[in-house]
Amino acid sequence: MVKKKTNIFLRGMNKEKIITVQNLTKQFGSFTAVNNISFDVYKGEIFGFLGANGAGKTTAMKMLIGISKPTSGEALVAGFDVKTHTEMVKKSIGYMSQKFSMYDDLTIKENITFFGGIYGLDRSQIKEKTTRLVAELGLEDTIDKLVGSLPLGWKQKLSFSVALLHEPKIVFLDEPTGGVDPITRRQFWEMIYAEAHKGTTIFVTTHYMDEAEYCDRVSIMVEGVIEALDTPKNLKTKYNVASMNEVFLKLARNVE
Amino acid sequence: MSIQVQNISKSYNKIKAVEAISFEVKEGELFGLIGPDGAGKTTIFRILTTLLLANEGSATVAGYDVVKEYKAIRNSVGYMPGKFSLYQDLSVEENLTFFATIFGTTIEENYDLIKDIYIQIEPFKTRRAGALSGGMKQKLALCCALIHKPKVLFLDEPTTGVDPVSRKEFWEMLKRLQQKGITILVSTPYMDEAALCDRIALIQKGSILKIDSPENIIKDYHRIIYDVKAKNMHQLILDLQHYPSQYSVFAFGEYIHYIDKKADFNPKDLATYLTHKKHQEIIVQPAITTIEDVFMDL
Repeated sequence: MVKKKTNIFLRGMNKEKIITVQNLTKQFGSFTAVNNISFDVYKGEIFGFLGANGAGKTTAMKMLIGISKPTSGEALVAGFDVKTHTEMVKKSIGYMSQKFSMYDDLTIKENITFFGGIYGLDRSQIKEKTTRLVAELGLEDTIDKLVGSLPLGWKQKLSFSVALLHEPKIVFLDEPTGGVDPITRRQFWEMIYAEAHKGTTIFVTTHYMDEAEYCDRVSIMVEGVIEALDTPKNLKTKYNVASMNEVFLKLARNVE
Repeated sequence: MSIQVQNISKSYNKIKAVEAISFEVKEGELFGLIGPDGAGKTTIFRILTTLLLANEGSATVAGYDVVKEYKAIRNSVGYMPGKFSLYQDLSVEENLTFFATIFGTTIEENYDLIKDIYIQIEPFKTRRAGALSGGMKQKLALCCALIHKPKVLFLDEPTTGVDPVSRKEFWEMLKRLQQKGITILVSTPYMDEAALCDRIALIQKGSILKIDSPENIIKDYHRIIYDVKAKNMHQLILDLQHYPSQYSVFAFGEYIHYIDKKADFNPKDLATYLTHKKHQEIIVQPAITTIEDVFMDL
């Protein structure tokens, strides 16, 4: 398997760029939602993408996952141009958000089968993946239960695993832990760490500032531009504060 | 008492959403229901706002019984549900006028109460509610819940999915409303917001685990927590989990919160263990207990 090969890399040592964004811009009429942003994300990195509501995070993310066309600028995701190769971009990434994760009225097994099919896995692969995934999450006894009946935290853990079914190079997580209980929230981050160790790149948004501290690097978007981008440690030093929450409060003026 | 809840239980089919819950909220108090998704917070709100009947128990709001005097309650409370429930295709101003009319009042009559909040969304008063940003929707919903000058305000997860800056502003608004004599029952999954309430109830799986002021809840916690940090945080978590006398290991922002089982625990032993495990830049120091620590140990 391709995935195994990446295990030999130690996190943080390989500086291979997996996402490159250059002067990316999105306008809606006269309103510029994303204004000329540029940044790189490295392979195996946990990249925190922060910003206040309305700062342009979702718009930027939509361009990176190939569902919204940039007005100008460029972005390469897993080597594919988001303007011209959207289908290849979609094949190389996984995506989960709090708003959309899985179908509530399908069972766990049915959801895995459905998404496995969507991601182009064949039957034997789906069967093998289902067994492994369910065992890893300890969901053997609940495999035939409707996803809608699961607690939110379980749903999110399952949804993360499903987003990884096709072994994507990058996984985009849009507020994956909103409303999740404190213990499950931490278990979720342990899953993120483990996946990043395998070489998968994690691109994550969150409103929990303690989670910002768990990222390798963090960017903070304000009014459509990237106001800061660095390791949590360097950001705290730069703004002379003790926590990422304070960094955020200093930078992210409310634009509404 | 502004809110009195006695032994309220509610099941959906076989699933118990809340079980024998009791608590009281004093007049003018800012009371928080703190717990994760699925704890039963919304069920409690729906029972107290007379939208749902409990299977057992009784409750009063502003002196009225939630079953027999439900109409009086509906006139004296404001309710902001977790899901945005205003009319998406009415404008900001139309929504507000609608809610004022329903309650037999006008925007002008109680303008004082909403002024601070409304002026922030007034520039967009002709915009359809559905086209507002998350933060503005939240402010409009709060205005609509306040327009009839309620005695008690129910806010179900008003800050979920809201960024830290807007959350801070929202809580400042709540404090101002409280000063105007309104009793507030608010729920949140954010443990840091608990500290901003007068008293809180920690809820999990349909039961109240603890009710007290945030200060007392922290003061009563008897375990000693240590901040632990090293260069490789992920490996640090794994190694701490394998330390023989560990009681709990949880990431807490920049540090890991470590609790030991032994009464005679010496942090120096732990540091030595971590040095043997080849960790670098090791820090082990006493931590400050938070509501989240207490919650996770219940």
